[in-house]
Amino acid sequence: MTEFTPFQSLIGGVLIGLSAVLLMALHGRVAGMTGILTGIIPPAASDWSWRAAFLAGAVIAPALYLAAGGVIPFEVPVSTGALILGGLLVGIGVHFGNGCPSGHGICGLARLSRRSLAAVLTFMLAAFITVFVVRHVIGG
Amino acid sequence: MKRIVSALLIGIVFGLGITVSGMINPAKVLNFFDLAGNWDPSLAFVMGGGLVTALIGYRLVFGRLKTPVFAPAFPPSPAGGIDARLVGGAAVFGIGWGIAGFCPGGAIPALGLLNAQTFIFVAAVIAGIVAGRAIKSRLPAPAPA
Repeated sequence: MTEFTPFQSLIGGVLIGLSAVLLMALHGRVAGMTGILTGIIPPAASDWSWRAAFLAGAVIAPALYLAAGGVIPFEVPVSTGALILGGLLVGIGVHFGNGCPSGHGICGLARLSRRSLAAVLTFMLAAFITVFVVRHVIGG
Repeated sequence: MKRIVSALLIGIVFGLGITVSGMINPAKVLNFFDLAGNWDPSLAFVMGGGLVTALIGYRLVFGRLKTPVFAPAFPPSPAGGIDARLVGGAAVFGIGWGIAGFCPGGAIPALGLLNAQTFIFVAAVIAGIVAGRAIKSRLPAPAPA
């Protein structure tokens, strides 16, 4: 059970969108987490340094939030096997699908890309079906 | 150096967005996809807030700046059609997302919470990306769209 948080989620979404806009305005880059991550996996892209800096910023952000007195609900409700299987599929899928929710869902859609719209509709539908099957067909 | 500091600060804004929105929490993401269970619509508000901000912001950026501040040019608009690779890749991604509850945008900031399960997921994603590269290099190049 998680609490519906429309206000915080909207504010968080605006911050994610703001980071995408800043990354485009300052660096001319798309703020897709997968694309940024892929560029630092050997053989790394030649521009790995800004990528590593962006990733480092993303990793320290929750610690800053906690230090400022924030509370971060966090629960991994799946098995280690599911994390490994899911992670492998996510990694292979983003490589062929050219992006993830931050890249296609925020940046791609904001550029009115038809490819991004197709990718977003596909991965959302696949996730709805997968969760239904895992929780209510297999697990039910 | 300015570029690095700038990218670090923008990464912090991204990570704070993931944290504040609740998308750092796989339980919350999975409950969005669980229409038949305890549905939590929060993810739609994250996507909505992010998309509207980026839509407006990108228009301002492309309308007012000739080039990015630290780069010679903006990237070209996404080209190409909708092909089997894109849709197939997105479908595999969505299945993995539904199984694990994590996606890269949520999991990278979650590393900062120093939970071992997040590290396992991110290691698997990296293995998947490396495997994807290997598979792609053995496939014939896609036909031009």
